[in-house]
Amino acid sequence: MSALAPTRPVPPALELVAVGKEYAGSPPVRVLHGVDLRVDDGDFVTIVGQSGSGKSTLLHVAGTLDRPTSGRVLVAGVDTTELSDDQLAAVRSRHLGFVFQQFFLLEDLSALDNVALALAYQGVGMAERRTRAGALLDRVGLSHRVHHLPRELSGGERQRVAIARALVTDPSLLLADEPTGNLDSQSTRSILDLLHELHDEGVTILVITHDTSVAALAPHQITVADGRITADRR
Amino acid sequence: MNHTISPADQVTDTEAIRHVASSRFRFGDILAAGVGSMTRRGARSVLSALGVSIGIAALVAVLGLSDSSRAELSDRLDRLGTNLLVVTAGQGFGTETASLDTDAAARISHIGAVNEAAAVISTDLTLLRNEWMSTNDTRGLGVVGADATLLDTLNGTIADGEWPGDHWSTAPVAVVGAEAARRLGITSVADGPTVHVGNRDVTVVAILDPLSLAEDLDRAVIVSRPMAEQIAAADLSPTAIYIRTGAATVDAVRGLLPATVSPLAPEEVEVTRPSDALSAKESAEETFTALFLGLGAVALLVGGIGIANVMIISVIERRTEIGLRRALGARRRDIRRQFLSESVALGLAGGIAGVLMGSVATVVFARTQGWRVVIPPAAGVVGIVGAVLIGAIAGLYPAVRAARLAPTDALRGA
Repeated sequence: MSALAPTRPVPPALELVAVGKEYAGSPPVRVLHGVDLRVDDGDFVTIVGQSGSGKSTLLHVAGTLDRPTSGRVLVAGVDTTELSDDQLAAVRSRHLGFVFQQFFLLEDLSALDNVALALAYQGVGMAERRTRAGALLDRVGLSHRVHHLPRELSGGERQRVAIARALVTDPSLLLADEPTGNLDSQSTRSILDLLHELHDEGVTILVITHDTSVAALAPHQITVADGRITADRR
Repeated sequence: MNHTISPADQVTDTEAIRHVASSRFRFGDILAAGVGSMTRRGARSVLSALGVSIGIAALVAVLGLSDSSRAELSDRLDRLGTNLLVVTAGQGFGTETASLDTDAAARISHIGAVNEAAAVISTDLTLLRNEWMSTNDTRGLGVVGADATLLDTLNGTIADGEWPGDHWSTAPVAVVGAEAARRLGITSVADGPTVHVGNRDVTVVAILDPLSLAEDLDRAVIVSRPMAEQIAAADLSPTAIYIRTGAATVDAVRGLLPATVSPLAPEEVEVTRPSDALSAKESAEETFTALFLGLGAVALLVGGIGIANVMIISVIERRTEIGLRRALGARRRDIRRQFLSESVALGLAGGIAGVLMGSVATVVFARTQGWRVVIPPAAGVVGIVGAVLIGAIAGLYPAVRAARLAPTDALRGA
């Protein structure tokens, strides 16, 4: 992104400072308690936690899909606290790429158009979108599946399309929520291999999972329990 | 690595984001998303747009048909002319019925502005198909005596045969009205058919086309006035006198007629203009037009509700798509526009289909009636614009709902 001058120090892809999240109710439900975490540029981080540990909320807050009740979330050095809803959308479009357990591909669109969709929200022209989407599908090893519809693809292939969609905008951070949760062991293996390859190529990755064997593969592991970070191993 | 960010850097980046936020999802993308989604949901889209198309079709057809029928009516009026007047005897003083003088028609034709005048006398002569028929079998037809100028005065036309000329007054020949010919079973005059009038046979020499301005003559067998008097063995005074004037002088002639016909008792003379009845028919049809337009509007309302319904279902079904698009960087307004464009596309498709259906209905119906086809262009434009507006209004609430959906809720909805 040209907005960043090459001489400028690269800020962390993601930084959470004393983030708390509370849901209204009586009594209010506190899901996150003063979470501090940092994902550096080029990092590969896993956050592991049991269901109900607050890791999904953590992903939503880190992904600017939800606002924290307290604390600050910085994405690629941008403090999102004071940003408007539209500006948060711009932060997601420019800096974040999401991968979900359920893939969330649009059933009516081909693999290529699903990937290209992410660029539509950056105002990129149709021809360039398709070129870049094609390149990303090639990069995740799906150049032979470009014009297939999601229902014609295997689970592993669908998740590759989703990863291509997350990366086509060249985001500062790839945020993956249980990326292997819906996959068999063989597909899980290949998706994890892909994530490692991407990391080696310089992509910054944050994976949230309940699966400790998945988490163990990353060089930087964070454990959450009861809305707090209980371990942060590098 | 150095992670400290100077405030200046942060401002630059925030501004970059502000800039990006103001130029995103393009119009073409919105259109593609809306129209694409509509076309992919084929059957449901067709059904939901159907209500609007029926409403628009009804409106276009009603407007088209009323214009076509009005055009037909005004064509007929032009053809028949609004310059025909009829003089009849009105009520006299007391109980006696006034009558017209036998030479009234001749007096009228001396008025300069009168082009033609013809007197008609109704008789109580019985009319039978032939002398062997029962005298009860008159088939509701009457016998009238008329001047030879009748055909020209009424701008009448002949279906078969020839209007009798100057020799009519003495020859035992008759002309039959269109309905009379049908009831008598006379379709041609080629083999000299006869009918039995009073006590003698007369030969039918002509069959008339229907006379719009003198429909009672359609059910009559017409002989000459002297012939009628001869058969009835009595002097008969005219029942009605038809007068054709110049187009500009109708009102002036109308004012002169009573005194001309009956100088002693002008108030006993009644003057009417038959084309007034046709004009009244035209305004009666306008009442129907208003009624059908109302029905069309109700159909449109129902159609709009149908679209709103389908859009609400669509928003519910596509929660995760909304969440995903928001995660990809769609703003609320991008989501709103996407769903709005879909309902507008539905309205537009319904409108176009409706205008086509309404036009086809108009053409088919007008053709079967033998009318000139008139489809007011405004009906088409209003139909399509109206349908688009209905689509927009119907889609507003679902679109706003879709845009308000929190991304986290939308993504959880899987």
